[in-house]
Amino acid sequence: MVTTVLFFLLAGVAIACAGLTVYYRNPLYSALSLIGVFISLAVLYLTLAAPFIAITQILVYAGAIMVLVVFVIMLLNLDEERPLNRLKHLYFIGGGLGAAMLAQAFFIFYAVLKTPKHVVDTESNAGSTMSIGTHMYTEYLLPVEIVGVMLLMAIIGAVMLVRKDTHASLEAAAEKETND
Amino acid sequence: MEDVLKTAFPFVVYSVAILLAFQGVLMIVAYTVLGERKILGWIQGRVGPNRVGPWGVLQPFADLFKFILKEDIVPDKSTKVVYMMAPLVALTCALLPIVVYPFGPPIDVDLSFLPYGLGEGIKQIPLTIARLDVGVLYVLGITSVGVYGIALAGWSSNNKYSLMGGLRSSAQMISYELAMGASIIGVVMLAGSLDLHEIIWAQGHSTFKWFIIPQFVGFVVFLIAAFAETNRVPFDLPEAETELVAGFHTEYSALKFALFFMAEYVNMFTVSVMVVTLFLGGWYIPGLTHIFDYGSIPYAIVSHVGFLLKIFFFLFLYIWVRGTLPRFRFDQLMSFGWKFLLPVAIGNVIVTTIVVYFMNR
Repeated sequence: MVTTVLFFLLAGVAIACAGLTVYYRNPLYSALSLIGVFISLAVLYLTLAAPFIAITQILVYAGAIMVLVVFVIMLLNLDEERPLNRLKHLYFIGGGLGAAMLAQAFFIFYAVLKTPKHVVDTESNAGSTMSIGTHMYTEYLLPVEIVGVMLLMAIIGAVMLVRKDTHASLEAAAEKETND
Repeated sequence: MEDVLKTAFPFVVYSVAILLAFQGVLMIVAYTVLGERKILGWIQGRVGPNRVGPWGVLQPFADLFKFILKEDIVPDKSTKVVYMMAPLVALTCALLPIVVYPFGPPIDVDLSFLPYGLGEGIKQIPLTIARLDVGVLYVLGITSVGVYGIALAGWSSNNKYSLMGGLRSSAQMISYELAMGASIIGVVMLAGSLDLHEIIWAQGHSTFKWFIIPQFVGFVVFLIAAFAETNRVPFDLPEAETELVAGFHTEYSALKFALFFMAEYVNMFTVSVMVVTLFLGGWYIPGLTHIFDYGSIPYAIVSHVGFLLKIFFFLFLYIWVRGTLPRFRFDQLMSFGWKFLLPVAIGNVIVTTIVVYFMNR
């Protein structure tokens, strides 16, 4: 009972925040609404007995990524976003894509309602930290390693992009070294 | 009637527990402020507050009434909603971790004397409100959300000093969160759990008793990062008064300022709880089981007092450092965090991994 009420409450908050994220013209308000989405999603995960995923959602998305987004918005002191008139013809494509997404969502609802229900094993501890860790480092080891390497590549790429000394100056330094 | 009582009973018990825990922590926090002013006074050769009540013991209440009664000024050009929200976010995120504090060991009780069979099935009273499978991550996650309070306060005040303070604090807290998280991994690996109670239990059963001995590097990194996370001297750049007036809370007055102030001290308390729980055995005192039985009331009381004394030591350390060290410069702070603290924390993780691997073979 309580879980059902909580689900509809949190789902409502999440949808409302997601709508506001798109609706606000001020980028900071959009970012704050997005944080609302993440936090209500995290509490939803908690009601589904998945505390690890819930806390990771808060720690990674609300606590790290969105702090960076808010930081950049504050640093650049972005003004209100004006509607871009010259891109008006893209509205149709946006509307079409939105309709396609909505149709997909309804199809998923339909498919879920059609599938026969089977009783979930109540003793399952699928959401616990131990079981997630065990699965990550046995069954899904290869994907975890691939993601790790990709993140490392992203970090190196970011460092390369913001390096102050350009390629030319590096070459000059190398030339100087060989001449010495 | 009986059914209603049975449903309501846990809610009543939890409400009382939450009230007690929050009141207790807030009282300790109020007296930390008085203690800070007294100890800073002694360090600087002054007396400290001594006018309100004997030895100044009523000073926190006098301060509270002053904060409530002062005029609340809202800057004209501020972003009102965000301006009002920021102190609430800061204090809420500071108070939420109290829920998982391990205040003491569980007490074995026999509650069968309660009417209507209310005490049925209750064999132990845990001295904590909620026991989370991911307690350590919960505290880290909630405190990392707390940075919004400061950042938004700085942005919404529409004041260049506030904005600089807010920017500095976001940059600082993101940077030091990494070192803090990495320094905890060693402890989590040794304990094999993210649950604060499991970590305390693991310390009682390890050879060294307290994880500060095998994890000394992690302890030092955590302590330094904790000072930065709570914006305290020598890392109090978000409110550096010599350059930024008062930093992110320049435009805040009266009760809104008091909320920020309280949030800072509650955060100090939280960080002290984390240091004590992760590295100093929490409420666990080695050898106490030889005197009292585990689960008895005297054992719980002595352990709880020990827990509080350890926390008071770290609160004192905060004040001591504040009276001793000068402030960092911002570029020093950043290069220290990224180029020294984080590599040391990651090195500690690697060494601990290797040692734990060979120990468990």
